[in-house]
Order: sequence, then structure tokens, then C-alpha cells
Amino acid sequence: MPQIFHRSTNTLSRVSIVSVLVIVGGVIGILTQINRTPYISQAYMAKQQPVQFSHKHHVGDDGIDCRYCHQTVETQASAGIPSTKTCMNCHSQLFATSPYLEPIRESWRTGKPLLWTRVHDLPDFVYFNHSIHVSKGVGCSTCHGRIDLMPQTWQVQSLQMEWCLECHRAPEKFVRPKDKIFEMEWPASGFDQAVEGPKLVKEYKIQNQNVMTSCSTCHR
Amino acid sequence: MSKNKPPMTGFRRAPLKKTIGALLLASLSLTAGACRQDMHDQPKLKTYREGADRVPPEGAVARGTLAVSAPVAEAGAAKSEFPFAITAEVLARGENRFNINCAPCHSKLGDGNGMIVQRGFKRPPSYHEERLRNSPASYFYDVMTNGFGAMASYSDKLSVEDRWKVAAYIRVLQVSHNAKIEDVPAAERAKLEAADAAAPQGGQTQ
Repeated sequence: MPQIFHRSTNTLSRVSIVSVLVIVGGVIGILTQINRTPYISQAYMAKQQPVQFSHKHHVGDDGIDCRYCHQTVETQASAGIPSTKTCMNCHSQLFATSPYLEPIRESWRTGKPLLWTRVHDLPDFVYFNHSIHVSKGVGCSTCHGRIDLMPQTWQVQSLQMEWCLECHRAPEKFVRPKDKIFEMEWPASGFDQAVEGPKLVKEYKIQNQNVMTSCSTCHR
Repeated sequence: MSKNKPPMTGFRRAPLKKTIGALLLASLSLTAGACRQDMHDQPKLKTYREGADRVPPEGAVARGTLAVSAPVAEAGAAKSEFPFAITAEVLARGENRFNINCAPCHSKLGDGNGMIVQRGFKRPPSYHEERLRNSPASYFYDVMTNGFGAMASYSDKLSVEDRWKVAAYIRVLQVSHNAKIEDVPAAERAKLEAADAAAPQGGQTQ
């Protein structure tokens, strides 16, 4: 009785076993990496806003403190979106006839708030509080990047859980002195994070890793 | 089972349908997992979400502010003194709030030449002019509360307490702007003079 399979099928079977493994592994690998791309996380994607507000101009050029507009960032969960009145504090006189600012003046006349598009949209099953981060030494630019250089506003981090955990597992790599929280250029030269970080963690009484990475710390 | 059809046929068909349905559902949920729906966008009220913008009734007082604001506001009215003792912490808070909310126009020195003024906003008076140096602290409190001229009210940005603290810091600016080197405590004087020597160009004591 002749052989059913030709000798070359031995090679073929080995190659096909290996290539199936490679292809399946590759597809899984690609899928996990796609989830990390800005296409999914929306990082670096500027959002269309009712008014083309430029942080670069207001923060970078004019030097207005973050808290002039985001006034609850130190005390509440939400940093605070400024009211139309906050815009009008200056724009009652500056660019008072600019067509770009007409939506603001309309909101001022009618009392209807502007509907800004949310840039950092965390999933609803995440509990996030700005004030605790600010008071424990996490600076604005650590999460929001160089907002003073952004003509339009975009997020620079993935906002994915692995990114949150990067800091919750090792806060000493990211915390900074409390008087530097609102500084955009950070880390400053001469600041040794490896030496100062652990000291600050102790000084701020930042909880241990068990608490920081417990499910209910962020999901509640 | 009691119908005329053979029971086995009817018995078999249902689970097959169920299995296919379950498989479809499973594959659907696998693909839908990447769509950022469901749990990501829950129908609950969060800050700034539509429906969460409830306007408080007229005369509502935010929790924790009544006990502070009423007596403080009364004590300060039409007096040159402050309603509470001025400590280093009070002045530090005043400086902090001043630099955030006031400095854009009034400048960190209080001379009324802040960045917003340089951009074309109406120039506010300098704190160092005679009229304002002689004004009671409650005057600054009043302007912060109600606004004045081109300046809007800052009662939405500065709590009652903070307004008094900012007024105290305005006093600090006024005093320091007209201070002589003899006014500085001897222990601190060396520090100033050292800084002065380090920067030969800025030879003034200011």
C-alpha cells in the first residue's frame, strides 16, 4: 500500500503549526496594542469646541494661573469649567467685538451656558477627584502635559487603567513639591526625583500600595 | 410534548436555537467591548452632565459657609480693621489668592500694570496712590464683592474669608512699597542687602 501523504507534508505540517501560533499570537498582540493607540484612547486628538479657546494664549502668553478659571481644582472632585462670567471679566473689554467670541457674548446675554466638549472623558465607572491629587503633590502637567503650549486642547495621556496604576504603584516617581504644582515646566533642572520623591511621599502621607491600588480606591 | 409531532424533534430544535443565539451574543459582546459604550456611559448624574445643572433656590447658602460668612461680613463692614487676626498664614493665603485672581490686571506689585492691562484692558488705579493707601480695608472688600467700574465682582471666585485675606495682602503691598530699609527687622536686613549686592543693577531698595 502506497503512502497516503508525500514526504513534503511533514515540513508543511510543522510550518503550519508554527505559523498558526505566530498568526494567533500576532493578532492578539496587535489587538492589545491597538487599544493603546491614540486612535482608541483619543490622546493628541484636539476636540472641536464652541469657541476656539487657546490655553497657549491664556496660560503661555498671558500667564494666567490655572486656578483663575479652574477654581475648584484644589477643593473639589471637578477642577471646574469657568462660567461665562469668568470669560467676560476680561472679554467685556478685550476682543469685545471679535466674531470668534460671539458665542460667549450670546451666552452672556441669554444666560445659556456654553456647551464645551469634554476633552478628558473618563469612563463612568471611575471615580476621580482633582483635589486629592493636587494636595498630594501631583502637578497639573504630570497628567495634562504642557497645556501652556496647546493652541487647542487635547489629552496627552491614554487615561487607561495601566496609566493610572503607573503612578498609584509608584507615586514617588511623579510627586513634586506643593509650591510647584501649577508650574508647567517640570521636572525642573536640579530636582532629583529619585532622592526627593520618596521624601515627599512620606511628607504627604501618601497611602501604601495596597490602598493605592485597591479596586475601591478608584471604582466606587 | 403532548402534541402530535414527534417529541424528539421539538425537543432538539429549541436548544440548537439557544446555542446559536448564545454564540451570536457572545461574539457580539466580544466585538462590542471595544466600542466604549455600556458601562463607560452610564445614565447617572455627574458634574456638568445635562440634568446635573440644578440651580440652587434663591437665598441658598453653601454648606459650611454660613457660620463663617455672616459674622465676618458684619464685623468687617465699614471698619478699617480686619474681622480676624492677621497672621503669617492669613497673609500667605491672601498673597496666593491675590496672585491668582488679581495680579492679571493689578500686577503682582499692585501698580495696576498687569498683563491684561498691557493687552488693552482699562488700567486700574495703583494701590500705592494716596487715596487707596488711606482707604479702609473694607473698601477693598467691598470692591471685590461688588465690583467697581470695569472690574467685575469676584464674589464667585473669592470666599468671604479670602476677600479679607486678599485685602490684608493689599495692605502688605502698600506698606512694602513705601517702606524704608530701617523698617526691616535687623535680622532680615542682612538678607535684603545681600540680595541687593548680588544684583548690582537693581540698586534700589524696592
